[in-house]
Amino acid sequence: MSKRKVRIATTSLAGCFGCHMSLLDIDERIVDLMAIAEFDRSPLNDKKTFTRRCDIGLVEGGCCNEDNVHVLKEFRKNCDVLVAVGQCAIMGGLPVMRNAIMHSEDPLRECLDEAYTTSKVLNPSKQIPNDPALPLILDKVYTCAQVVKIDYQIPGCPPSGDTLWAALTALIKNEEPTLDYALIKFD
Amino acid sequence: MKNQTDRIIEIAPLTRVEGHGKVTVHLNEDNEVVEARLHIVEFRGFERFIQGRMLWEVPVIVQRLCGICPVSHHLAAAKAMDMVVGVDQLTPTAEKMRRLMHYGQIMQSNVLHFFHLSSPDLLFGFDAPAKKRDIFNIIREFPELARQGVLMRKYGQEIIQYTSGKKIHGNSAIPGGVNKNLSLAERDALLKDIDQMILWSEQALELARDYTLEHASLVDSFANFDSNHMSLVRTDGALDLYHGNLRAIDSHGNIIFDQVDYRDFDSIIQEEVKPWSYMKFPFIKSRGNVDGWYRVGPLARMNTASFIDTPLANQHHADFRRFSQHKPANMTLAYHWARMIEVLHCTEKIKELLLDPDLHGSDLRLTGQRREEGIAMLEAPRGSLLHHYKVDENDQVTYCNLIVSTTHNNTAMNRAVTDVAKKYLSGQRKITEPMLNHVEVAVRAYDPCLSCATHALGQMPLVIELFDAENRLIDSASQYATPEPTAP
Ligand code: SF4
Repeated sequence: MSKRKVRIATTSLAGCFGCHMSLLDIDERIVDLMAIAEFDRSPLNDKKTFTRRCDIGLVEGGCCNEDNVHVLKEFRKNCDVLVAVGQCAIMGGLPVMRNAIMHSEDPLRECLDEAYTTSKVLNPSKQIPNDPALPLILDKVYTCAQVVKIDYQIPGCPPSGDTLWAALTALIKNEEPTLDYALIKFD
Repeated sequence: MKNQTDRIIEIAPLTRVEGHGKVTVHLNEDNEVVEARLHIVEFRGFERFIQGRMLWEVPVIVQRLCGICPVSHHLAAAKAMDMVVGVDQLTPTAEKMRRLMHYGQIMQSNVLHFFHLSSPDLLFGFDAPAKKRDIFNIIREFPELARQGVLMRKYGQEIIQYTSGKKIHGNSAIPGGVNKNLSLAERDALLKDIDQMILWSEQALELARDYTLEHASLVDSFANFDSNHMSLVRTDGALDLYHGNLRAIDSHGNIIFDQVDYRDFDSIIQEEVKPWSYMKFPFIKSRGNVDGWYRVGPLARMNTASFIDTPLANQHHADFRRFSQHKPANMTLAYHWARMIEVLHCTEKIKELLLDPDLHGSDLRLTGQRREEGIAMLEAPRGSLLHHYKVDENDQVTYCNLIVSTTHNNTAMNRAVTDVAKKYLSGQRKITEPMLNHVEVAVRAYDPCLSCATHALGQMPLVIELFDAENRLIDSASQYATPEPTAP
């Protein structure tokens, strides 16, 4: 194992933040983690961009807009090992439900109409939110592996704190993670 | 032409908040702040794609909008589906299991917000360097305090695990009841530490209170503005986080409405769409869309509740009311104190429930006369949460509308960022990162859950960018560099 601390970056794309919360479910072991690793870019701190190259990147969520794609590519570029964490990152999860609306030619349009024009909201101009500050929505929700090469996938919604701990400590030691059945069963 | 926007600063991604959002600050030619906006940048479309799903699936699916307060969505959906399956009163075991889950959830969520996300601002100062402002440095410099925070959150998560089956995205609340009770072994495991939790909660509360009192002039001048306040309250006016009727008061404490059945929600509240955010802007209909906006969450609840039905929290509620001279407290930074009073209330409630043998009953579920519509509200960690569904005779959902806590606070958060941006950024020749953090501190006080607000999953970012009169990105503070300037 290298002498310097292992550098970890994390991000949440189209995910619910539950995978990040599950990482915090390692509870007191966070102190052990800090002894061997440090966090670079992550929503858990105020590092909004990469400060240096990272050993491990943890990605929660798939891609539902152009920002997600951009951030995911940045993670691929700046991380040696890129890990898709949880069902959303691996298979799309809840957000991907918008891809498959039965008998719909244009599921995204239907979703936007339902939320902003056809319900009983105050919106006289029937305008759907559209502003330079809002990133472009993608036609469909994409999984991480559809956008960049992914090295490992940790299943679960979310993977439990114990699962993440087992996977992360193996990766930090540069070992191949092997997880017991109990750690990879879905629910 | 003073009000014309010449430049826009963007703060993105927002960090140490839950979900994906950014702030834009609009400046005129003299570098004075005209306006600041909080944008929700993701969109899920939940209201549409849940249509066609079976009613019993909803409580399990909908919580995946938010991994920070999944229990709130799980329970709100289950409550709405109780109404659909014709159950107006659960069995005592079911009601108490759900309440226990809910108190565990509010405890863990509020503790997470206070210790993991906000304490770096409070303990190191808003001006501390960015690389210092995180939980890891709190662990380094205040190890005992951090340990308590970590263990308090763990305790709340364990309650959720024992009552819902999993720490995150459990599945025990079902239409008409629950599918598990609490075993004696689980009860004993939880009872063992509850007194410690109550003690630590009170200490954390005192820390938040003392911060507020010791920084009185900051608290007074930082995003302190009049607003209406709304929450559910019990029929006797007590704070009740799981069930009650709606009460709203104005900034002077006058009642706007009281004891309104939340099933009449549509007749008192409406949402407005604005083109620059995916998050809508709710308002009290009788006051109109300009003056009818209101705040929800811990601060609003301390203002609306007549009292708290647990002794320690009630004393602290009385202190809080004295501090605000028995008027509604309107200071954004007082949210922290209010939030920790609720943690203490939750730990007291948890103890009360753990000593109640009803938790071990086996009467878990009821059925009744089937209805077509389900409307539910509860008080989530961040404020009132509304779920509204229609379900057809095949048990498939045909309509859904969710108004989440963070959405209720939309106008208030925009007011807060504008106030703080005017105060700290107006007329500055150079905008520094710590100045921008002040804007984030204002957003953070509301503990917004931008995941919920997108009706989906969110990222955690907050961004600040500067645009010129043609809306071209001209500057963004180093910490907040946005990768791709958005085309005009
Ligand atoms: S996998 Fe589950 S817990 Fe993780 S982000 Fe997706 S919905 Fe949330």
